[in-house]
Formats: sequence, structure tokens, C-alpha cells
Amino acid sequence: MLNWPRIRSLLPGAARAEPPGPVDEAALHALTAQLDETARTRLGRSLAIRHVNTGSCNGCELEIRALNGVIYDLARFGLRFVDSPRHADVLLVTGPLTHNLRQALVQAYDATPNPKWVVAMGDCAVDGGVFKGSYAVLGGAGMGVPIDLMIHGCPPSPARILSELRVLLELAAS
Amino acid sequence: MTGRALARIQSAPMEPCQPWPRYVLTWEDWAELAGLLADDALILLAVWADTGHVHALLDDPVSGTIVPISVGVQGGSYPALSAYWPVAIWFERMIHDLWGHAALGGAELVPWLDHGHWPVTQPMASRPGPPIRAPEPPVFQEIPGDGLIQWPIGPVGPGVGEAAHLRLTLQGETIVHAQARFGYTHKGTLTMMRGKPIRTAARFAARLAGDSTVAHSTAFAMAAEAALGVTVPPRAAALRELMGGLERIATHLDILGSVAELLGAAAVHGLCGLRQEHLRRAMAAGFGHRLLMDCVVPGGVAGDLEAAAVVTVRSALEALRAVLPGLRAMHIGNVLAARLNGLGSVDAARRTDPSINTATCGDAATRAMARLDAITADITALMPLLDALPEGALAVSLPSVSGEGLARSVSARGDVWHWLRLDHGQVAAVFPRDPGWALWPAVEMALCGAAADDAAVICCSLGLAASVVDL
Repeated sequence: MLNWPRIRSLLPGAARAEPPGPVDEAALHALTAQLDETARTRLGRSLAIRHVNTGSCNGCELEIRALNGVIYDLARFGLRFVDSPRHADVLLVTGPLTHNLRQALVQAYDATPNPKWVVAMGDCAVDGGVFKGSYAVLGGAGMGVPIDLMIHGCPPSPARILSELRVLLELAAS
Repeated sequence: MTGRALARIQSAPMEPCQPWPRYVLTWEDWAELAGLLADDALILLAVWADTGHVHALLDDPVSGTIVPISVGVQGGSYPALSAYWPVAIWFERMIHDLWGHAALGGAELVPWLDHGHWPVTQPMASRPGPPIRAPEPPVFQEIPGDGLIQWPIGPVGPGVGEAAHLRLTLQGETIVHAQARFGYTHKGTLTMMRGKPIRTAARFAARLAGDSTVAHSTAFAMAAEAALGVTVPPRAAALRELMGGLERIATHLDILGSVAELLGAAAVHGLCGLRQEHLRRAMAAGFGHRLLMDCVVPGGVAGDLEAAAVVTVRSALEALRAVLPGLRAMHIGNVLAARLNGLGSVDAARRTDPSINTATCGDAATRAMARLDAITADITALMPLLDALPEGALAVSLPSVSGEGLARSVSARGDVWHWLRLDHGQVAAVFPRDPGWALWPAVEMALCGAAADDAAVICCSLGLAASVVDL
């Protein structure tokens, strides 16, 4: 985990972390309804995220890397990326779900311990986006695994992704 | 020797592909020329197909001529090029999986994009077939030897990256063989583009790769404009150049930052991220999209750059220029140079394709320096452009006529080519050729002899994308 505040102080100019905006209330209420007591006690205010590419063009990945970087500094919210689904609470899925990656997504989902959430990030992961209807694409990530949160955009901006992911955090703390 | 094959090609019947005519060879000429062409030191950039023909794109580095050639498919097959050009192997497999045309006398046509999961086979053929194979696990080349370990990476790999599979064979910690498997991110892009109006198809060209969306959009748009005989207004051409430069700079920064992250060089990672974010916000302020997706459209550009945004873009570029000497020093300095020197050399691959950006050749240290040089050069080219943007219209309307066109643009990976044929304003056939087609085989070479733990750094330093070869 990188110490962004310290690194920022070493950089030229006035590099500041992006100020956090308000959390989306509507999405929070919708998700709160789904959450059970065990999840609340186990999750606390920290979430481990595993990124799963199910056919992305790598636009979403560019924005995820920005999210993990010096300006958006995901770690200050208790969110961090992990390399294995076995370490993850959240699967962050990008790209339309291709037939050739359905099995990989399902395996990643099965390997993720409960309680877990699946976030479909970007228009492609939400419903297939422009690739909807292609013989090679099943549709959104929901065609392979149950989806808990959808983040629209092609690709969604890092600020948008951050605000949606914090919904999950607030939920865990409520 | 040189020129003999070219002269023979140029005596064949010509199809009016703009601006480079396409020569339609007989089956015999194609088969014979395949051998001659390899001797002529011509570069094979791409091989692709449509329902009745197989096409190849040749580059003569001596004269700088671009030569598209075609051969008619007979009885479902055509003479293979892979017997002479190993680079054709992946293309021939792709053609077999998508169109069903078999390359005679070439490398074995093992399934490539088709993993047996699609509801159809040969989806681009005039009559796609029903699924015939049960999905089966991929077969990898057996590497003989004692004490070798197979190390599979991906398609759900570590980090935030591409969905491809790398099968490394290790002796101890050293990689003795690397094999890549693709097709995971195959989205049927070519089928989706076929039959669509140009503007709609352009949205798919823009989504071949997020890191080179401007380059692909521009090459697609220019190919369409060449086919239709349309010239874009000077302001649109200048804004395209500006967007292309901004995209290349941002992509180079992303790659430099990601490599630094893997190597624990936090200051470089931070600085690249900071400057990239500044640039992307300027891009969003100027053109309405952080990645400039769909900002280049056939006929021109989608939106104008306001005077205020020109200032924003210029200040982002100046801020980047100010930190470049420091960034360069940090790359020569202790943490990075020690790790990057000699890592993942791809000189061998460079000789097979000059269209690959020089920023991807040499070892990882050379690549990093080349990327910094490329950033400097792009900033130097963009500043005068920003100072003197021509006035005028942003786009012209496109006539609904037929034609065929071929065009090139430059991405951070190298030259991007798009070929297309239009039928009354609709896309009848299209093929995009990303430098990824030449870079991925380079990875297989670059990984051999490297330490297993360096595989991620080597791949990252090349700036690869799976989606562009998976289509």
C-alpha cells in the first residue's frame, strides 16, 4: 500500500488529493436493504477489491489505475486492490462479458469468500454496452454472476467510480 | 532481387483502393510471390479476409510504398503466407476462426479466437456454421527438458491489466519459453461494424483499445474519407493531430507510471500519475472526454476546442514539460535504471516490423527513455499547433457512395492501419491492424531468458493491449 500523502509532499507543485464528494444516497438506501447483519459485522470500513477484466478495451483499466494513484488515493477510504479473488470482498468487473471469459469470471466469483459484492463498472459490464447482441458477448457481467452495484459511463470517471465504491463502504459501516 | 516481386504484383489487375491501389493476384501468383516477397525484405503488416478474398498489406521499407494485395478464395482455402512469414501465423488462425478460409501449406490452424464457447462457428462467413466443438482446454507446445515448471498467468491476471493468457515454462527462476494465448476478449467487433453506417461503425473502432482510441478512430475515419474522396476541413485535421498527440503523451505516462509502480519507484509513479491526471482533465475540459473516445468522427471531429480550453491544454503540457528533466533523471537514477537495464529486450522483433514504435524496442530502460523522448517530441509538435489552430468548419457531411480506403495513424504502440470497403455509405468490410499484432510475438521473445518475477514488468513496459488482436 503506497503512502500517497508522503509522496505528494515530495512532488513539485501543489498536488492534492481529490476532495471526496457526497455519497449517492439513493444507491446507499437501495443497497442497505440487501445487506444482512453478518456482513455488517465482518466487513468494517475496509474493502479489498479484485479487478476482473471480462473483455474490456482497457479504457476502464486506465481509469482504475488513476483511481489507485496519487490524486484519487483510494487507500484513504479503506479501499485497496488485491491480486487474488481469495483476498477480495469486491469484484470490480470491466468489459462486456465475452463467451470466452464467462468461465473465468465465474471461477473468480466462486473463489471470492462470502460476504462478497460484484460491481459492474462501465457501460459494457452493465449490459454489454455497444457490444450487446454480438455472437461473442453474453451481455453484462450479470449474465455470469449476480451484480450488486452498477457504475455507468464509457468509461466512468475516477471521481464517479470513487463515489460509487464509497457507497459500499458506507453500507458496511451502517 | 529487390523489386522483382513488386513489379510482378503491379502488373496484376488493380482494384481502386484509395490512396494505394489493391492488386488482385491469381492463386498461382500469390503462392509463388509469397516466397519472392519474403526474399524482397518486404514487411507483412497484416493478413485479413472478407467473404470471397484474402487480403494482405505489404510495406516496402526501401521505397516507402504500401501495397495491398488480394487472392480469391477457392474451395474454402488460399495459399498460406506463414510458410515464408512466421508473422502470418496468428492472422491465418484468426481468418480461419472468423471466416473459415483455410491457409494451405502453412502452419497448423489451431483454434485461436474461437475457444468453442460461441453459439456459432466462422461468424464472418457468408453462412456461419453451428457450434461443432465442445469447449476444450488450450493446448500448449510441449517443451522438452528436466525439471521444467509450467507457470500459467491469466486470463484473470494479477493487477489491473489485460485479459490474455501467458504460459511460461521455467527452469528454476528463469523463463525458457513463453507462449501467449488470445481470444478471451473477442467481442465480435468486425461483425458488429459490418453493415453499419460509417458513423455507427466508428464507435466500435473507438473501442478497440481505450489507450489508443484516438489513433483507431482517426485511422478508421481517414480510411472512410479516402474511400469517399472527402477532405476534412483544416481545423478538424489540426484538432485530430492535437488529440492524437495528447493521447500518445497520456498513454506513455500511464506506461511509465505503471512500470515504476511495479518496481516500487513511488516518486516516478506519483509524478507520472499526477501529470497524466492533469492532462486528462484538460482533455475532458477541451473535448468532453477524458480518453477522447468518440471525439474523432468520420468527416471531421465531434466538438470544438474553445479558446479557454486551449489555455488549459497548453498549461497541462507546460506543467509536464517542466517535470520532464526530473523524470528523466529519476529514470537514470538508482532505483529504476538498475532494474530496467537489460530487461526484456525486443531488438529481434524490431527487425520484423518497422511500424512498431521505437518506444517499444530495445530493453526496458531504452523503452522508458524512448517514451520520454516521444513525450518531448509530441509536446514540441503540439505547442505551435495550439498557437495557430486554423479557423473554420469542424466536419463535412459524408456522401452515401461506395468505395475502398486505407489509412494510417500513429498510436503510442506504433502505426495503426484501417482498411475498409463502403457500400452506399455502409461498412461492407473492415479490418483494423494495431501494432499489437507484432508486439505480442515480441513479448514471447522478450520473456525468454528473463527472470519469472520480471515478467510483469516486461509486459507492462511494452504497453500491450489484448483487445486489439482479439477483435
